[in-house]
Amino acid sequence: MFYREAGDFKTSYEADSQTFPIKFDRYRFWAMLAVAYLVIPFIINDYWANAILVPFLIYTIAAIGLNILTGYCGQVSLGTGGFMAVGAYAMYKLMTSFPDVSVVIHVILAGGITAVVGAAFGLPSLRIKGFYLAVATLAAQFFLVWLFNKVAWFYNYSASGQINAPERFVGGIAVTGPNTDAWAKYMICLVFVTVCAIIARNLTRGTMGRKWMAIRDMDIAAEIIGVNPLQAKLTAFAVSSFFIGISGALFFSVYLGAVEVGEAFGIQKSFLVLFMVIIGGLGSIFGSFAGAGFLVLLPVALKVIGVDLLGWPTDIVAHLQLVIIGALIMFFLIKEPHGLAQFWRIAKEKLRLWPFPY
Amino acid sequence: MKLKTLAAMALAGTLAAGPALAELVIPDLSYRTGPYAAGGTPVSDGYQDYFNMLNARDGGVGGEMFRILECETGYNTEKGVECYESTKGEGALIYQPLSTGITYQLIPKVTADGIPLHTMGYGRTSAANGEVFNWVFNYPANYWDAASVMVNYLLDENGGSLDGKNIALVYHNSAYGKEPIRTLENLSAQYGFELTQLAVDHPGQEQKSQWLQIRRERPDYVLMWGWGVMNQVAVQEAANIGFPMENFIGNWWAGAEHDVIPAGDAANGYKSLNMNRIDASLPVFDDIRTLVHDAGNAAGDGSNIGTVLYTRGMYAAMLAAEAVATAQGIHGVAAITPAMMRDGMEALDITAARMEELGMANIGPEFAVSCQDHGGSGLGIVQQWDASAGAWVALTDYIAPDDAVTLPLIMEDSAAFAAENNIEAGCM
Repeated sequence: MFYREAGDFKTSYEADSQTFPIKFDRYRFWAMLAVAYLVIPFIINDYWANAILVPFLIYTIAAIGLNILTGYCGQVSLGTGGFMAVGAYAMYKLMTSFPDVSVVIHVILAGGITAVVGAAFGLPSLRIKGFYLAVATLAAQFFLVWLFNKVAWFYNYSASGQINAPERFVGGIAVTGPNTDAWAKYMICLVFVTVCAIIARNLTRGTMGRKWMAIRDMDIAAEIIGVNPLQAKLTAFAVSSFFIGISGALFFSVYLGAVEVGEAFGIQKSFLVLFMVIIGGLGSIFGSFAGAGFLVLLPVALKVIGVDLLGWPTDIVAHLQLVIIGALIMFFLIKEPHGLAQFWRIAKEKLRLWPFPY
Repeated sequence: MKLKTLAAMALAGTLAAGPALAELVIPDLSYRTGPYAAGGTPVSDGYQDYFNMLNARDGGVGGEMFRILECETGYNTEKGVECYESTKGEGALIYQPLSTGITYQLIPKVTADGIPLHTMGYGRTSAANGEVFNWVFNYPANYWDAASVMVNYLLDENGGSLDGKNIALVYHNSAYGKEPIRTLENLSAQYGFELTQLAVDHPGQEQKSQWLQIRRERPDYVLMWGWGVMNQVAVQEAANIGFPMENFIGNWWAGAEHDVIPAGDAANGYKSLNMNRIDASLPVFDDIRTLVHDAGNAAGDGSNIGTVLYTRGMYAAMLAAEAVATAQGIHGVAAITPAMMRDGMEALDITAARMEELGMANIGPEFAVSCQDHGGSGLGIVQQWDASAGAWVALTDYIAPDDAVTLPLIMEDSAAFAAENNIEAGCM
């Protein structure tokens, strides 16, 4: 009933190939955006911003990035944490070297630097596939973390090796540093998420995305029909790393404010983002949102239920969280490899016929 | 009718909220899971048990009860931020995250929010300069003190000269482990010993190559900045290569029972620093046993009482409780605010008589905090593990650090921080 196509006439090719062809979907999308932009900034507080919404938005960008590489182009990567670190350290160097330039430009430049690094580490993907590529990206992960720990230039020779985000403003409003208001943090992340998601969505349904998907589905066949694997794989690595770099830059500057590379961008982070993509749904932009939201909210929800409501010991709840996430990953891999996004698709199919299924 | 119900509900709401606000809220950012749980658990047990004991014995401090909010961080900065944000709104008086990474995270936040942060023997060393770090305290000692105390001890061992000696530093490759390097480099230039730096990556289970290098180079001494699982692995590896244990010295986070017991007799002779004297027969432990553990309110399983890190957690709680009492004395109110707590911490004076009165005679050094000096006296003792007795034996009295070495470094680093963050140095 909700997702009716009857009566929703398209009179042009543009209208027919738009992102949300069903009217209800379109309205829902605009309503979501309206809530995100016009309602949440006015009711947000420090806890919601720092513990839930800002990490959710930042992980969403990272998940979109990894989804392009793994979900759309089929190249498994375990280097996400390392690429986020590139974004964070590029951001730090840019922020401290050019304090007068707007942080928005810094974030984009940090993404660009990460894209270059990502493309460089993507070169082996022309020769190796599957597990072997995963191991090659794993090497990138460890190499990058080692590099940022070892070379003192990256952290401006500070005694502890920590990088700290100085206070920076966008239009006179602090967006980094300790005096940032919750809504300002939220808004800058939201703007970046919106732009990134729109870019990613349009890339993936255009020529480039189709090339990636052709490579993912069968690279030899793709080559025969005229897809250049060098170009397709390297663009996938570059675009993916661009988004991951942006998320790393925001993760460091807006969300945490101080970062230690081994702790914040270790192998754990690579796995976390990979789990988001798997649980959310490979090859789906909505899945990136769903996966990030799920894995950010789950620990908080478990904590609220376990510790605050039921009064269980904190360590039991923390261990339980590991068990539940592990079980969920197994469940999704076996039962629904397309993740939450597929559930959503099925729900939409059902709603289309509801209340009169045949 | 409806209005009446609403009014009654509002009244009930204020009544319920009233007493909650008047409590002394102490968040405990603990970690009982992950690779650092071995260290985090006893500290948190000691920290909570002491406050619970004060609640049971004295009804809190100054007639106000303590309320503890435990939050599991797993030694992870993101979870630490979540814990901070979820507890700060409850009127938290003091944060003690027991993690240098989380400390760096919280320094700007607590400064903006006006909540004191106490990082006892960890965290950012230059926070000892209270004129720059108004809200951060690291008394009674910090990492640079520890490095200096270690070198002073070695000087004493070697008749006043370390010339030509080779000293290796095995450190956790993080902000925590990197902290002492600058001090040790200065000291190495001053005393003419050679410093070899060996980084161990998180979590620290993999140390074969570092110890292979030690085996090859045979340094005269090995110093260690380790934490969690890294400590036991290092002690075991040192035993495996036959490194003389009496020349292996850990800092005060690398010298607890669980660090040495797994290596068995091989760990005999391993040394470490401590800021506390370990004495399981202190009267305060009896109070905790009878009033907290026997009442079934133990924070953990109650097995850690009297151990090195339990003692340290309890000591941290004692310093916080004393600061509360001092703050209550200064401001003349029992239900203090975080800002008053800060004043109390800055006026804290721990004397031997007071420690004895609290049932923990000689547990720590005497020290006084001031606006300029948030770092305390910096004294530390050297203790040695006796494997057959299964106990740490204090080898020395409190050794003083060389302030002439650490103070210029503190001033330099805090000045850099002040310049970076546009802080006008001065007392509040």
